[in-house]
Amino acid sequence: MSTSIIGAPITRIDGSLKVTGAALYAVDHPMDDIAFGVPVASTVGNARIVNIETSIAQRMPGVLAILHHGNTEQLFRPAEQLEPSSRAGEVRPPFEDDKVYYYGQYVALVVANTFEQAQDAASHVKVDYEAHPNVVEIAAAQAPEGPPRIHYSRGSAGEAFESAPVKIDETYEIPTETHNPMEMHATIAKWDGDKVTLYESTQGVVNHQHVMSEMLGIPLDQVQVIATFIGSGFGGKLFPWPHSLLAAMGAKRVKRPVKVQVPRSLMFTTVGHRPLTQQRMRMGATRDGKLVSIQHDVLQPTSLVDTYVEQCTGVTTMLYSCDNVAAKQTLVPMNIGTPTPMRGPGIVPGLFPLESAMDELAIKLNLDPLELRLKNYAEQDESYNPARPFSSKRLRECYQTGAERFGWSKRTAQVGSMKRGDEVLGWGMGTATWHAGRGTATVRVRLNADGTARASCATQDIGTGTYTIFAQVVSEKTGIPIDKIEVVLGDTSLPDGPTSGGSTVTATVLPAVTQATQGAIDRVIAAAQTLPSSPFKRVSAGGDPPTLKMTAGRIHAADQPPESGMPFQEVLAQKRLAALEAESRTAPDPAEAHKFSAHSFGAQFLEVAWDPGIARLRVTRGVTVIDAGKIINHRTGRNQILGAVVMGIGMGLFEETIYDPRNAKPLNNNFADYLVGTNADIPELDCIFVEYPDLHVNEYGARGIGEIGLAGVAPALTMAVYHATGVRVRKLPVRIEELMAGQRTMTA
Amino acid sequence: MEVFRYSQARTVEGAVRSGGAAGSSFIAGGTTLVDLMKLNVLQPRALVDINGLALDRVEPLPNGGLRIGAMVRNSDLANDATVRQKYAVLSEALLSGASPQLRNMATTGGNLLQKTRCYYFRDTNYACNKRQPGSGCSALDGFNRIHAVLGGSDHCIATHASDMAVAMMALEATVHTQGPKGERAIALDEFYLVPGDTPERENVLLPGELITHVTLPALASGTRSRYLKLRDRAQYEFALASSAVVVNVSGGRIERARIAFGGVGTKPWRSREAEHALEGQETSEEVFRRAAEAAMADAKPLKYNAFKIELAKRALVRTLKETTQAA
Ligand SMILES: Cc1cc2nc3c(=O)[nH]c(=O)nc-3n(C[C@H](O)[C@H](O)[C@H](O)COP(=O)(O)OP(=O)(O)OC[C@H]3O[C@@H](n4cnc5c(N)ncnc54)[C@H](O)[C@@H]3O)c2cc1C
Ligand code: SF4
Repeated sequence: MSTSIIGAPITRIDGSLKVTGAALYAVDHPMDDIAFGVPVASTVGNARIVNIETSIAQRMPGVLAILHHGNTEQLFRPAEQLEPSSRAGEVRPPFEDDKVYYYGQYVALVVANTFEQAQDAASHVKVDYEAHPNVVEIAAAQAPEGPPRIHYSRGSAGEAFESAPVKIDETYEIPTETHNPMEMHATIAKWDGDKVTLYESTQGVVNHQHVMSEMLGIPLDQVQVIATFIGSGFGGKLFPWPHSLLAAMGAKRVKRPVKVQVPRSLMFTTVGHRPLTQQRMRMGATRDGKLVSIQHDVLQPTSLVDTYVEQCTGVTTMLYSCDNVAAKQTLVPMNIGTPTPMRGPGIVPGLFPLESAMDELAIKLNLDPLELRLKNYAEQDESYNPARPFSSKRLRECYQTGAERFGWSKRTAQVGSMKRGDEVLGWGMGTATWHAGRGTATVRVRLNADGTARASCATQDIGTGTYTIFAQVVSEKTGIPIDKIEVVLGDTSLPDGPTSGGSTVTATVLPAVTQATQGAIDRVIAAAQTLPSSPFKRVSAGGDPPTLKMTAGRIHAADQPPESGMPFQEVLAQKRLAALEAESRTAPDPAEAHKFSAHSFGAQFLEVAWDPGIARLRVTRGVTVIDAGKIINHRTGRNQILGAVVMGIGMGLFEETIYDPRNAKPLNNNFADYLVGTNADIPELDCIFVEYPDLHVNEYGARGIGEIGLAGVAPALTMAVYHATGVRVRKLPVRIEELMAGQRTMTA
Repeated sequence: MEVFRYSQARTVEGAVRSGGAAGSSFIAGGTTLVDLMKLNVLQPRALVDINGLALDRVEPLPNGGLRIGAMVRNSDLANDATVRQKYAVLSEALLSGASPQLRNMATTGGNLLQKTRCYYFRDTNYACNKRQPGSGCSALDGFNRIHAVLGGSDHCIATHASDMAVAMMALEATVHTQGPKGERAIALDEFYLVPGDTPERENVLLPGELITHVTLPALASGTRSRYLKLRDRAQYEFALASSAVVVNVSGGRIERARIAFGGVGTKPWRSREAEHALEGQETSEEVFRRAAEAAMADAKPLKYNAFKIELAKRALVRTLKETTQAA
């Protein structure tokens, strides 16, 4: 088999399990004698619990236990920064005290024989609160205390802005957005003596294991976390949330396995969200369009029980060439659950004001927005001092390819100038980027005497195609067909693997799978060389054993064709070995990492159609061009980019978690009222990869692609909306009422 | 969800008998009822399943009209050949509602009686006069973007969320029922109640009264009809504003027009004002706009929903344009 399997559009090796329902998600794991935990969540946003009345619920059929702060042992806080692999979604363990910090916080857990009994009883637990005023609106929040969380400066941005001949000073706002993966968060906890097994829907079994060991206060080896299949996470499942502890506490109390599934409504409160950000963007430029100053200030809510910083300003410091840049981020604690990363954290919300301001600047300068970007193209990463070269950057080609495919040169700049029937077309574009990270992974590869192979690692496949990528690499290195390769992931009993986040898994595991496969091959070769009647002795010249290699599943002399050798399973059989395996741990070289700035880039072009007569806006076309190095699997790769564009359209047009200031409740906490794009909202989308392997990152030259597809969509969309309607939307999502109000002021 | 008894009705009479018991509720497709039971908003003590009743046919009437059984599924009704041909507005309204899965379950009777999507009605922790009379209305000073601009009161401003009923309003449908006191035929226009100070009473049905079918009158040949629903996303969302038009044009003049709106009223909103403004007039954008103004003359905006008034007007103007253009 040739190297063509790397990059080929291979279908997922786990695809048939998923479409036939055989894939086991967290709650699907069969378990004898299981009990069900249903949480009772606070219905106020800021309060002290005065009393929890459980007497009625306790006597209801099937009820086994009701846990709350008054009758449970204190759990512990996670080690967080004190330990490399430890980060919790929320550091406060459930039931730590009698305080309610946000609406939907767990105040009790009912455990019963059936789900229905637990739910029924949970609705009969009465909680008395001493309620205090809620703060869920930034305008109502107190001025933030202390110094800014992030402060960045190069040159003198303030002065340069003052003296700039052309200026933009606008504030943009992205609302709270809630992760809504198909599979809701869930845990089955099962104790065997003092060891607990957690079947969890998580993006990081290893981190989950560490945090649970810390918060439950038991040694690491007494916690096993299993996540065989995950119905996606979008960042919401990166770090453990309190329900996992509830399941463990409940199971310990009733001495039976306990299943806790977070209902969709609580997905809006207790498992993170993308926080609202208010972002002021000041930009100064020369008359011919050279940026002289960028200042980016971010105000962002966090919860009262944890600190989460949405790092919006990082991208501002590196995307364009500009001598004077300043950035500042400030937090405001409010009565909301703790925010957490959502697909493209920091960069996605940060690019919205940056790219929007670039468009507003281009209009002021009477320049094509694409031209303005090229004029300020960053040849190196200026956020470092001294500036660092990029490991590989083909953004110019992305712009060019995208513009050609989209037909950008036909764009007429005048608002409302492009028509199709009754509709007005709007065209917009945005730059996308994502930093290319790589971490540490350990992988084990086993070559079996029955001609199959097995690769294993604790890392998990959150639906992106990680299983398949493991198999592709093993197949490429050994020539064993993909359907003879078993991949086992998502279990802390396997060698440590990375969290599926930050678009880093592929870049991280590739070197480890490669090395482990090579290690296993080397062992088979060593075995071949010692066979009593080794066929390879015959071809040796001068008594030295020949150099052997493995191709198409056969061990053969390097200078001879594969057919001259023997199948690897025959080597194992002759040695009477069941299998030979090797393990490999790989980590990025820190020296190399400091030499370069590694980022993926992209350009995104969108068309909207605006029907002014009925104020209807639809996205009608989209082209995305991505420079992410080598694409390991074109099918799953394209799927990542298109899925992200769909999410970006949702971010631009629909998504917003709406809090009721009276009780801090997210009002639209269900799939009917929290809008995401439907199929009918999504047009034909185009995705092109410009493929330049980035060999500084790994042997195949692959950078991550999980998030970048979302990065430039929202600004491209509001730019297209402006082009069609003349209304500049600075506060997402784009709403009919805002577009209508804009129409009125324009015709008035 | 509370514990409840469950029985299957075999005959209409049997259903009426069991359905009349205190705390009983009919269950058809269950897409409204079970949803609200899970939220503890509705807590019937007994469910009478009417899925076994032979009320699932769409039949032509001798007078040229159509008889639609109460148990006809929304998707079947939308795709019925006669409905698609003669009553396009109804087919379009049905297909614009909910999702394919929901439409496969939802029934004609259940759709007429679906409950509002008001956030506060659906959460028992809020004051809501419709759910708990006298407790107050959380929407008046709440987030009322989806609420009504027509027909509201100081006690309730919730919209009736059905699309199908709006089309039926413009088609002048009649609801046929069987109750403890026998059969009744109620003009759809008189079937729904505005909230006033009794928002818990949404229609004139009596306890145990079962909708058996709906009839549509025959339409004159050349009648054109259309439903247009405007909302944030393209599918699977309730209307922010919608308009149903049934119109006859002759020689460039509007002979007859029946107009109804969805998404803006506390009930499916028939607008006689718009009909008067149209009938006898020439088809022109000016006339359409005047009719739209007339329809919304009494509209009362709240903090977040003022845009619905203009949106509804535009929906009407567009639907009229589309239905009066020379074919
Ligand atoms: C997520 C979601 C989105 C939706 N979107 C839309 C939308 O966009 N547009 C729209 O119009 N609708 C929408 N709906 C509402 C849907 O159309 C209704 O739920 C459905 O039509 C109700 O029909 P059913 O048969 O399931 O009613 P059921 O839930 O069975 O019953 C509803 C009520 O009617 C009573 N009832 C039922 N049949 C009879 C009868 N024959 N006689 C007397 N009483 C009866 C029941 O007792 C109950 O009180 C949506 C619903 C959901 C859940
Ligand atoms: S609008 Fe009606 S349904 Fe909504 S809270 Fe007020 S009374 Fe209840």
